[in-house]
Amino acid sequence: MAAVSVAATAPSARGARSRRRPSVWAVFWLVLGALYFLVPLYSVAQFSLEVGPGRYGFHWYAQIFADPQFSSSFLLSLRLALETMAISMVLMVPTVYWVHLKIPRLRPTMDMIAILPFVVPPVALVVGLSGVFDVFPALLSSSQILALMYVILALPFTYRSLDAGMRAIDVKTLTEAAQSVGSSWWRTLLFVIVPNVRSAMLGAMFLTLAIVMGEYTISSLLLYNTFAVYIYYIGNTEAYQAAALAIISFLLTWVAMGGIFLVSRFTGGRQQVQIGATR
Amino acid sequence: MRSRAPAPSEPAQGTEPDATRGPALVAGPEPPRPRGAGRGARRKGRASAWRWLGVLPFFAYTTLFLLVPTIELIVKSFEGPKGSFSTANVSRLFSGEYLSAYATSVELSAITAAAGGLFGLFIAYGAVHGRLPAFIRPLLSTFSGVAANFAGIPLAFAFIATLGPTGVVTSLLNRAGLHIYNHGFTIFGMAGLSLTYIYFQFPLMILIISPTLEGLRAEWREAAQNLGATPAQYWRHVGLPLILPGLLGSTVLLFGNAFSAYATPYALTAGYINLVPVQIGAILQGNVTVPNPQLGDALAFGMIVIIAVAVTLYVLLQRRAARWLP
Repeated sequence: MAAVSVAATAPSARGARSRRRPSVWAVFWLVLGALYFLVPLYSVAQFSLEVGPGRYGFHWYAQIFADPQFSSSFLLSLRLALETMAISMVLMVPTVYWVHLKIPRLRPTMDMIAILPFVVPPVALVVGLSGVFDVFPALLSSSQILALMYVILALPFTYRSLDAGMRAIDVKTLTEAAQSVGSSWWRTLLFVIVPNVRSAMLGAMFLTLAIVMGEYTISSLLLYNTFAVYIYYIGNTEAYQAAALAIISFLLTWVAMGGIFLVSRFTGGRQQVQIGATR
Repeated sequence: MRSRAPAPSEPAQGTEPDATRGPALVAGPEPPRPRGAGRGARRKGRASAWRWLGVLPFFAYTTLFLLVPTIELIVKSFEGPKGSFSTANVSRLFSGEYLSAYATSVELSAITAAAGGLFGLFIAYGAVHGRLPAFIRPLLSTFSGVAANFAGIPLAFAFIATLGPTGVVTSLLNRAGLHIYNHGFTIFGMAGLSLTYIYFQFPLMILIISPTLEGLRAEWREAAQNLGATPAQYWRHVGLPLILPGLLGSTVLLFGNAFSAYATPYALTAGYINLVPVQIGAILQGNVTVPNPQLGDALAFGMIVIIAVAVTLYVLLQRRAARWLP
């Protein structure tokens, strides 16, 4: 896991540059990188489409989609993703807003806490979970615990995205303006702050989708049949269907990343492409 | 329909403070904001109590689901079989298969951080300074986002389809007369695992090193050239010193990224390669017999210590980098 950010907008006016010829080394490394990216995808796509020697089709995909285990595991992961997004936003948007508005000196502490999920890898979190179960024994028997843990996995990205979003607007002035016309705290938050940081929120939510749909470590160790656990299970028994699932999973990653990219395009902000996959 | 509030300071593209700062996980200190003047001391005191209430849910949540598990596993690491204090678990980490698990994990993470880091650096440098068409940059960062996030179980399958015994590239090489599986290569071994890790390592490097490279201004290179510097001299005395903190910091982050990976090695090597996360997973699943269950806690504690050192280094180097480059 790691955290990262890179602005995904076109570089500023470089008209003069583009007229010069590209460097040979730049093209060489770019092509090599593209090959490294594409060859495994091409290979797994070929596997997933190979029905017989020299014959290709969507047979394995059809089998996967007909498998009731596929839909149940996929829907479980999707439900967990939506729950994780909801909890993350309800918890983090008011918190980050409040810190920016009222307690800016708390920001270094928040930064520190937001790094912690990197320091404590998912497998270690599972090891320590028995402590939480001692406090709330009921959590042990429900898949809800996964969504609660995924909020922690997504925390670094959610926090960073919202923090950057709030920094880009003048939280204080907006709040004072809203309150001077009689808006309450909650109205200010919902109708003034949220619309202004919606691209940061959407970016964080798409990344959460990518994280949760691929999460294997916690769900497999806690014995829940999420989508990634299902993919692993199929991989042990059906190689061709597993290849089809790898492609489906790759497309899901594209949906999430493409979402972030589009959000940045349509809102005009410098949204960040971020990395949060659980390996 | 849109209830967009007036935003007096919507930033123009590129002027957002974060956009140029690069991959800092920790934001720099906030400039002090002027406080509202003329507030009574009494009101201030009451307000500050309310202020802390606003962050209570967040702290309660992170305490329960992040701090409690962490403290729990640290305490258990130092617990004997009967619940008394003991360093037996932790000292067991320094011998036999556990020590070799740490060694293998560190080796794998270091190799893939270095190789993936260099590969990513070259691509990113080419994209930033290689006079490529303007559409390459946003395309590259989106593709890198996808590649860096496409990991875990599906990635393992993709590499088995590529370089497995019957993989596409393996058969291609076989037809060309190069039988890699006769020369000791296997996708399920260290080399195969390293190649798989590099798939998510180099895009990550592209994403985190690009802002640093953007800070390397063309004028500095031209100035060096005008003073008669060779390219080697420019890199030795100007370029490298400038990007070094960012470069090292990013590499350290890649190290931590590989070190905590569990799903990819588990799916690829089925536990044959002795890595710390896989060991912990096996203990949790009850697949291996261990002297006592607290050993899993101790192993996880060791991981946290190593990653904490890596992340601390990253943060420090990032601060250093932020001093030189915008």
